[in-house]
Amino acid sequence: MPRTGTTGPPARYGLPRAGPADDVPVRGECDIPASSSSAVELRGITKRFPGVVANHDIDITVRRGTVHALVGENGAGKSTLMKILYGMQRPDEGTIAVEGEQVSFRSPADAIARGIGMVHQHFMLADNLTVLENVVLGAEKAYGIGARARARITELSEAYGLAVRPDALVEDIGVADRQRVEILKVLYRGARTLILDEPTAVLVPHEVDALFGNLRELTAEGLTVLFISHKLGEVLSVADDITVIRRGTTVATVVPRETNPKALAELMVGSELPVPETRESTVTDEPVLTVAGLHLTGLDADGVARDLLTGIDLTIHRGEVLGIAGVEGNGQAELVEAIMGIRVPDSGVITLDGADVSQAPTRARRVAGIGYVPEDRHRHGLLLEAPLWENRMLGHVTERPSSKGPWLTARDARADTRRIVEEYDVRTPGIEVTAGSLSGGNQQKLIVGREMSHHPKVLIAAHPTRGVDVGAQAQIWDQIRRARREGLAVLLISADLDELIGLSDSLRVMYRGRLVADADPATITPEELGTAMTGAASGHLEHGEVPAAPAAPAVPAQAAPPAPDDAAPTPEAQKEGDR
Amino acid sequence: MNTPLRRIDREKLVLGLAAPLLALVTALAITSLVLLATGDDPFHAYQVMVDFGSKSDSQVWILNKAIPYYLAAVAVAVGFRMNLFNIGVDGQYRVAAFFAAVVGGALSLPGFVQIPLIILVAMVCGGLWAGIAGYLKAARGVSEVITTIMLNFIAGSLIGYFFQEGRLAEREGNLIRTPAIPESSHFFEISTRVQPINGTFVLAVLAGVAYWVVLSRTRFGFDLRAVGRSESAAEASGVSVRRTVVTAMLLSGAIAGLVGMPTLLGQSGSYGIDFPEGLGFTGIAIALLGRNNALGMGFAALLWCFLERTGTQLEFEGYAQEIVGVMQGVIVLSVVIAYESVRRWGVKRQQRMVGEELAARARRTAKDQDKNSAEVSA
Repeated sequence: MPRTGTTGPPARYGLPRAGPADDVPVRGECDIPASSSSAVELRGITKRFPGVVANHDIDITVRRGTVHALVGENGAGKSTLMKILYGMQRPDEGTIAVEGEQVSFRSPADAIARGIGMVHQHFMLADNLTVLENVVLGAEKAYGIGARARARITELSEAYGLAVRPDALVEDIGVADRQRVEILKVLYRGARTLILDEPTAVLVPHEVDALFGNLRELTAEGLTVLFISHKLGEVLSVADDITVIRRGTTVATVVPRETNPKALAELMVGSELPVPETRESTVTDEPVLTVAGLHLTGLDADGVARDLLTGIDLTIHRGEVLGIAGVEGNGQAELVEAIMGIRVPDSGVITLDGADVSQAPTRARRVAGIGYVPEDRHRHGLLLEAPLWENRMLGHVTERPSSKGPWLTARDARADTRRIVEEYDVRTPGIEVTAGSLSGGNQQKLIVGREMSHHPKVLIAAHPTRGVDVGAQAQIWDQIRRARREGLAVLLISADLDELIGLSDSLRVMYRGRLVADADPATITPEELGTAMTGAASGHLEHGEVPAAPAAPAVPAQAAPPAPDDAAPTPEAQKEGDR
Repeated sequence: MNTPLRRIDREKLVLGLAAPLLALVTALAITSLVLLATGDDPFHAYQVMVDFGSKSDSQVWILNKAIPYYLAAVAVAVGFRMNLFNIGVDGQYRVAAFFAAVVGGALSLPGFVQIPLIILVAMVCGGLWAGIAGYLKAARGVSEVITTIMLNFIAGSLIGYFFQEGRLAEREGNLIRTPAIPESSHFFEISTRVQPINGTFVLAVLAGVAYWVVLSRTRFGFDLRAVGRSESAAEASGVSVRRTVVTAMLLSGAIAGLVGMPTLLGQSGSYGIDFPEGLGFTGIAIALLGRNNALGMGFAALLWCFLERTGTQLEFEGYAQEIVGVMQGVIVLSVVIAYESVRRWGVKRQQRMVGEELAARARRTAKDQDKNSAEVSA
């Protein structure tokens, strides 16, 4: 088992550590034997898992009272490992020790009983219940459902600075607040070790800072946090130790102060990264996709008609990547669906290469040259139960090599699928396996390969590298860049600000269904862009410009105007401001 | 690259055979237990069934009876393949047969014109009747399960309204029936040493072949299956889900329209009070039993009729008449459960093999890269 990582003295980079009892002794070797100073120890964990990458020979020691980050490509086996630790999967080999004691979990209930709790990437909250009800739900035995439960929630909330409002309805609170409710839920059940699965994926930058503040309070009180991420900058800023997982096994454990994002990324992919920045403009003045005066209303969850898109005007030229920044739920998905013809806008004209396609059905638009990498590949991009070669035909069934006239040409489609698998490095043992058995990154490479194979004039790429490992990410970026050089126009929608800035030739900011600001990716910083995404700035963003308002309150994840909790700064927002 | 692929292919074959085998053994075991529990000898019962079922007149009976069942199953399967549950095949074929009988009874054209015309009328009527449910689903989002069940009752009432003396039916002795279709417009028969085989057998074979070709070999079939597998992905890929829903219901109904043809053109020659009912529901069971597979449904229909035929003989041997119903139910359940468990097991196994293969590959490359990573972290 390779263990090449640095194993230094305890890491404490200026984090306030007021923890009374749990002062951690100086750590010696990384492979210290089980002792009470480690909250969790995994030794030689191997899982032959139904999925693409199996875990093998995993060794991790998590010191009590620290934030321990687990980084690695998606599909490297991080989530599997956490499921093993949380009792959702059982390892085939290896041991788990909690607080120095060997354990064997049969279900999450066992893990919870041992003080291990998990905050899932996708929140598991009932929208129509209050925060209190959500926390108590399923744990009624602990403190009842009345005053005692309320007192405990308030106590926990204050102890860890979570600032939750017990009586707020979950549907009324923002994403960051929901996350805090999830953390509280876990604490309420007596967790001493928290697993957070990609907690920052749904947050804007200043919410991430607030979350990290919470995590520090937790560790200060002696709790332990296992933090899964593939955003290296965040990991470096919050973690005390970082374990890198590559292809199913732990390759190194490092401390942030002795490493940097580049070295970490290279550990993750196991090779030197391509440099994402070098660019020369390939933008021409030849418009390919023009959207003019696009307006879309729709019904929200309550059945009230709301403006989802208002007065959208944009033009993408040959060889241009136009990036759309924005907090999710501000109309990006609707914009994509309107351009693809999945939603019918109330008004507006969409022109593709000089032809008005406003009335054309989706299939005609795709045949006319719009490639589509959907946001949710499981729901919109793949037939999970169908073999890869049938997925290769999806969306292009009327074109060669999928069909000739009304007849399918399965043989040609199979041959072309093999080519895509080869050229786009889709890691699969064959083209007859179902799409559902590939890892996310490989599924995405298949989709990108499929769309690029039809030489689109414009590519609509919604979060093209979401949930995709660094290696696949670099490959997908390369594909987009190469196609852009050959004259492809790209509409890029992403929550990854580095990706937006690194890939785009021009940037627009979307807020509540409008394109409110534009920016030059060559000069703008992620922080400035993040501020604009909260609606605090509009017009042309200049680098160094002081935003109109200080950090805006938590942005609700909905495009709908008047949202009650946005009008006045909420208590926790002020608190965040103070920090 | 090749070895695991071949392994998967061979597995596919083994799994394909394992499921029906498992189902059959389970069904036999359960039925035997039921027979034992009622104090009867199961092996004697099977002996009786095999002996009686293999007689040549039984064979013809089974074949003839299987034709409408098979057509009904195909009609249901078209819906199943795109996650539509067309429970209304029953109403669809009765409406179709009734109006086809009326048209056939009113005309006396040469057979080679009138037979296709009658069949066409039946298919159009069946299609339109199912199309109502399709339209409601596409335009208003009404569940086709509800509408097709309700349309079954409406079909009964509609036929009941027209099926009266002075309207579209006439009295013949004590019976009311539609005017008889001329002898020249009856379907041909294939004569055997015992009873003749109904010529509509050809119709069933054609329907089966068309079903297979359209679904697995054409663009339209791909769209339909895509909708069945994931509506959202199909929509995003450019399939008009609404149009596919309507088309599939029209198709399903049109095939359902054929279900009444063996009786109408082969035996009765008119629509009477004794026209068979409930074939549509049997069709659902057979589609389940045949796993929506063109060939599988053929075998399922034959098995079903074999049980019906031999069940009557069991009665003579002193067995309870209901035992055949029990057998049919047990078989359907065993097949559905066996196929689903074998499928799940196969998917898991496939995923595990994919995982093992890639993990092995990863381990090999990891060895090469250890040197690099050692340098990086140093």
